[in-house]
Amino acid sequence: MNTADFDFISSLILSRSGLVLTPDKAYLLESRLMPVARKHGLKGLDDLIGILRTRKDESLIVEVVEAMTTNESFFFRDTKPFDLLRNEVLPPMLEKRAASKKLRIWCAAASSGQEPYSIAIILNEMAAKLSGWKIEIVGTDISRDILKKAEKAQYSQFEVQRGMPIQLLLKYFDKVDENWTVKPEITKMVQYKYWNLLEDPRPLGNFDIVFCRNVLIYFDAPTKGKVLESISKMMSEDGKMFLGGAETVLGVSDKFKPIPGQRGVYART
Amino acid sequence: MKNCLIVDDSKVIRMVARKILQELEFETREAADGQLALDACLESMPDAVLLDWNMPVMDGITFLRELRKTPGGDAPIVIFCTTENDLDHIQEAMTVGANEYIMKPFDSDIIQAKFQQVGLI
Repeated sequence: MNTADFDFISSLILSRSGLVLTPDKAYLLESRLMPVARKHGLKGLDDLIGILRTRKDESLIVEVVEAMTTNESFFFRDTKPFDLLRNEVLPPMLEKRAASKKLRIWCAAASSGQEPYSIAIILNEMAAKLSGWKIEIVGTDISRDILKKAEKAQYSQFEVQRGMPIQLLLKYFDKVDENWTVKPEITKMVQYKYWNLLEDPRPLGNFDIVFCRNVLIYFDAPTKGKVLESISKMMSEDGKMFLGGAETVLGVSDKFKPIPGQRGVYART
Repeated sequence: MKNCLIVDDSKVIRMVARKILQELEFETREAADGQLALDACLESMPDAVLLDWNMPVMDGITFLRELRKTPGGDAPIVIFCTTENDLDHIQEAMTVGANEYIMKPFDSDIIQAKFQQVGLI
């Protein structure tokens, strides 16, 4: 691919999603966009970019952006954040809300649903403490295709074994042929919405806990700051935000501060 | 360094598992059936057992029953690793005393995730 084509496609993706594509990530274009090109009967990326340049095919642009922003996901990814959620973050929060019995959680990059379902399973395991509570988990993503998969809640044997302990698999999944489907008692706790993090998130309402893991890494510094600022505005005062292992708020936003002893968890300033 | 006994009648599977486990810094021993595995455990109890189900001489579930009856045999963490992927088999394994269950085919990500969950790494 020539430089002009790379610049064109990377600025198109940046403007639509905030995703920064540096030249060292050029291989991603090949692996993610070749399937899109083939689906449209095109020979390769050159033809695909040619079409994007000559006509403003909105549905094709959306497809390209979705293909570039979709990520692999695991149940209980990295383990630790979910231990922190269960043992450190939730207990004081539940105590404080004992009267209202309401809790809202946002998964800002829900992808194919593994993260919101992992959270729903943790809450369900605490069910004795949570009877009578109204708990909402909202999963959003910039890819409509991936949200369809999340809603379907059906995973391959490979996918469920990446992170789901066998006891929880037996308890919360039904085996359908060679796949595993999350049981309705868990799926009903989660609702999905198509959402672009670059847009004003206020219509989503307020949240007590926000999972925004492994999505900021794709943004440039000003965009990170902007996204974090708008997230902070829709969080309750004692709200907590989870970032991915390679992400931080330091030097990016003064709206959040790390919580000592709770790696990856941030409080509002 | 923790050690893991790899029990599988397929030499190829044992080799693949050995490579993955050595990368995770385990010492490994190998056994080709349940009886040989039991002998190896009586010699010295491993920290972990990666266990196939269908094998000649003694199958994996019989080995696990025998192991758990043996003095000190409640200590090793046993992770099944088998093509049996129906609920009945999984439930039977867990009832008999397995700690985790891997459905073949597996890769290094799955082995690592499962070993993490049971606290081996």
